[in-house]
Parts: sequence; structure tokens; C-alpha cells
Amino acid sequence: MNFETTIGLEVHVELKTKSKMFSPSPVAYGAESNVNTNVIDFGFPGVLPSVNKEGYRLGVMVALALNAQIEEHTHFDRKNYFYPDNPKAYQLTQHEKPLAHDGYIEIEVDGKKSKVGIEELHVEEDAGKNTHGNSGYSYVDLNRQGTPLIEIVSKADMHSPEEAYAYLEKLRQIVQFTGASDVKMEEGSMRVDTNISISPAGSDTYGTKVELKNLNSFNFVRLGLAYEEKRQAAIIKNGGTIGQETRRFDEKSGETVLMRVKSGADDYRYFPEPDLPKFSIDPSWIKQIKDELPEPAHERRVRYINELGIPEYDAGVLTDTKEMSDFFDATVDFGANPKLVSNWLMGEVNGYLNEKKLGLLETKLTPENLATMIKLISDGTISSKIAKKVFQETISNGTEPEGWVKEKGLVQESDPAVLKPMIMDILDNNQQSIDDFKNGKDRAVGFLIGQIMKQTHGQANPKVVNKILMEELNSR
Amino acid sequence: MISKDEILHVAELANLKFKEDEVDSFVDQLGRIVEMEGNLSSVDTTGVEPTYNMGDTSTVFRADEGIHTQTREQMLENVPEVEDNLIKVPTIVAKEEDE
Repeated sequence: MNFETTIGLEVHVELKTKSKMFSPSPVAYGAESNVNTNVIDFGFPGVLPSVNKEGYRLGVMVALALNAQIEEHTHFDRKNYFYPDNPKAYQLTQHEKPLAHDGYIEIEVDGKKSKVGIEELHVEEDAGKNTHGNSGYSYVDLNRQGTPLIEIVSKADMHSPEEAYAYLEKLRQIVQFTGASDVKMEEGSMRVDTNISISPAGSDTYGTKVELKNLNSFNFVRLGLAYEEKRQAAIIKNGGTIGQETRRFDEKSGETVLMRVKSGADDYRYFPEPDLPKFSIDPSWIKQIKDELPEPAHERRVRYINELGIPEYDAGVLTDTKEMSDFFDATVDFGANPKLVSNWLMGEVNGYLNEKKLGLLETKLTPENLATMIKLISDGTISSKIAKKVFQETISNGTEPEGWVKEKGLVQESDPAVLKPMIMDILDNNQQSIDDFKNGKDRAVGFLIGQIMKQTHGQANPKVVNKILMEELNSR
Repeated sequence: MISKDEILHVAELANLKFKEDEVDSFVDQLGRIVEMEGNLSSVDTTGVEPTYNMGDTSTVFRADEGIHTQTREQMLENVPEVEDNLIKVPTIVAKEEDE
């Protein structure tokens, strides 16, 4: 029996705002426990929420980047549930009239392009963080309570774990390039829940949906879904039925484990939030946000290839993350040659980041310093060998390259008037090498260049040295 | 009318536990309330826009500025048990890991 897989994804993304979605408490990752909380976050009686304009704007921005239609008339709803991570006992969300609907993402798997629909996208608030201790107690930090989130609900348009993976990669890239979120799975600013069902090939009804949670990386999403495909197929082949349940992915065993069986639909008793007014989103505001949308990754890639002459593969690497692409653009804006900037970022810089396990913005390298260093190489002020020293200095300590090169006396010696007497002198003292050269031993040239380099502490311009040396050798 | 099962379902959603005879009394009491509210359905609302809010304001946004309106000490003052500045609560087993 062959099966068809149907997958839908719900992705939560934390928005980069200074304050929470419905309260003015500051938002900061990694702050001391319960420091960024107030009476609204704690759900005290009589408090009133208010809607963060920037949070809504970022939501609209992401929706537009996902080709979705913005809902012009909306309101907020309460989703009621009891859990200690949210002392209000309800989450503010947009249930009935989500911020946007009917978008899509284009994905590519094994060279095959397809569109995955976005059902809807809405703004809501995050819950606090609950840490389970021993002896029956849990510990709650409400710093995260109220942090702005958007939930992006895909259509059940994906048919393999690979398509789900490609969708997530693309979604992360699109959101990252809008600048609305860091979209980091490891910091929880992007979270993924999946629904998967299988049905016999050609069947016109869907199988029973199983929800898969606790997926901490895109790879675990792929592995978890692949495991579910097999597990569900085996059950059906053996004449069993799939239970409507929530499962989690166990990273150690690579298997999915039952969390709970769903008995009927969840009963959240949604109703319109009475403490907030209704909202009309001004079409001119939507247009303004659309006009100001940052250049997306695919457009940057095309610009790099067509306008800056960057090879296709390199352009892809440079636009992999927004920080790399922004850094590249900024360095080029400082007047450095784009191809050289690209080579440095993909070579030495990436090598340094991998070695030190750092992100680009965690180093002291600035676009201006990188541009200056590249110009020093291009105009012959420093040799590419010295450049490696300069690079280590500027990326580790943020040192300005031009001044440092002068101060340390690392400027390359390219003046023939200085180099020629030195070369003559060395030749006069190494008759053996000249004889060797005349007898066809090319190694003699290497030895002579080595002598010159030694005398100039590696600062002689190798091209100039080589030219003078060959002229002299041939004339003797 | 409201059934006993519905009463038990609502009680569970509200995290309330009742004795058997209390449940029966709620079937009668809540049943009458629901019936009375049912009278509202007799009004013809065809073409009437739903009212979501009694206020006459619309689209009120707050500027995005992070402000501390209370201190942590103030916020934790009313918390029954605090440990390392965290709120200590009994673990809810059934919903564990299910946020």
C-alpha cells in the first residue's frame, strides 16, 4: 500500500520590539528573572492592556513579505486556559479576524518548485517560562509573558518532510530579511509545531491528524516527520487506526513519543477582548509599510550577480543571513571592491567565525575597517601576507587598519629605487646562486627572493622584487 | 436546558470540583439561566453588525517604549512563595510540556 503524506506547520516568531505586545514592560532576552514584569503581565485585577504599534507594524511587514492580504477591520480575542506561565488565565490573540490571510511561500526541493499557502497570520502574546523542578514544584519567570509573537499558519500543502524543511528555511530567511525577528530556534524566537497525516494514495479524504511538538531544530522537524510517516504507515498496514494525539520528538532515540490523547477539540472559549477597542488598519499605513519593506534575499542575490559581478554561488552564500548580506553591502558602500569583499567574507571572515564559534556581529570587525584593509591591499600598501596580520588585529581588537599598518611599519616596500640597490647587493654576495640559475636551477630564484624578504622583514613587494631580480639575473 | 455532562465540562474548564448533589443543583440553576438567555435568540438580528466593544474608541495604539511601571520587589510582594526571584507553583502534571 502506498501512502500520501499531508503536512501543515504552525510557526511562532517573536517580534523585535522594545516593549511587550499589550503592556509597556521592556522586552529583553536573558534578563534577570521577573525583572521585566508589571501588573498587566501578572494579570492583576482592574488593569487594562494596550496594543503596541510597532508590534503590529512588524506583523504587517512579515505578512506583506509572505504575500498575504491584510485584514483591515480586526479585533483581539481572549483564548482561555489555566496554566501558571500565564497568570491572566487567557492569552490575547486574534482568533476571529487574524492580521492577514491567504499568503504563500515559494519553495524548491530537488529542483522542483512549488508554492505553499499561508492560511493566516496573527499577532498574539507569548507566555512566561515554566521550569519544572523536583518534588512537585515548578518555577515561573514572567519576563517573556506578553512578548509579541506572530503565529504563521500554513495550509496543509506539504507532502514530505523535505518540503516542510524547505518551507521552514525559506520562511526563516524571509522573516529575517524583513528585520522583524531574529528567528533563532536556539533562543526560542522561532518555534515550530507540525500536523501530519497520511492516507492511502489516491484517497480523497485526509487521515487522522497527529500533532508533533517539542521540535528544537529544523532537522528535528524533518526527522520527526519522517519517523511519523513510517510509524503511521506501519499501523495502517497492520489494520490499526491512528489516534488523534499530540506527540513529541525525542532527540536521543530519534522517535516520537506520545504526550497526550486528544479527546475532542480543545475548548478555549474564545471571545472578543472587552478591554481593547476594535481596530481599523489604515490602507495608507499598509502601503507605507509595503513601500518601506527591506530588500528581500532573492532580490539582493540578483543585484549581487547582475550589478556587482559576484558569482552565483557566492551571491547565495552572502545572502544566507541578513547580517552577512548587510555587512557585505555596508563594506561595498565604503568603496571596497565587491569581489574582494565577497572573497574576504567567505574566506578569512567565515573561517574566523567557525574557528571562534562566533556570529559576525559578535566580532569587532566593522565594514569600514574591512573596506580600508581591502583598499590597502588593492593599492599595494600592504602585501596579502601582511593583510592576514592586519585582519587578525582588526577582527580581534577593532583596530583601524591604516593607522595600525603605519604605526607597526608594515607598509609594503614597492619602490624600485629602494629595492634595486638591496637586490644588487644580495646578488654580489651570492655568486653561487647566479651560477646555479644560469645552469637551469630555478630553485636559486626562490633562495634569492627569500634573502630579500629576510632583509626587508617580509615587506618587500614580491611582484616588484621578482621583476627587478629577473632583469638583473638575465643581464649578468 | 443544560445537561449534567455540560456542567461537569464547564466545571473542569474552570478548575472547579463539586460534590455529586451540588452538580445536580447546578443543572437546575444554570439551566434556567441559559434558558433565560435563550430569549435573546428570538430577536431578529439580520443585517445587524455584531458589537465587539461598548466603547466608542477605535484603533488605539501605544508607542513602543519599554518602561518599568513596577519593580520586581513590588511584583513579587503578593506571590505566596518565591525562590530565587521565581514564582514557586505546584507542577501541573497533566499539561506538562504542553504549552
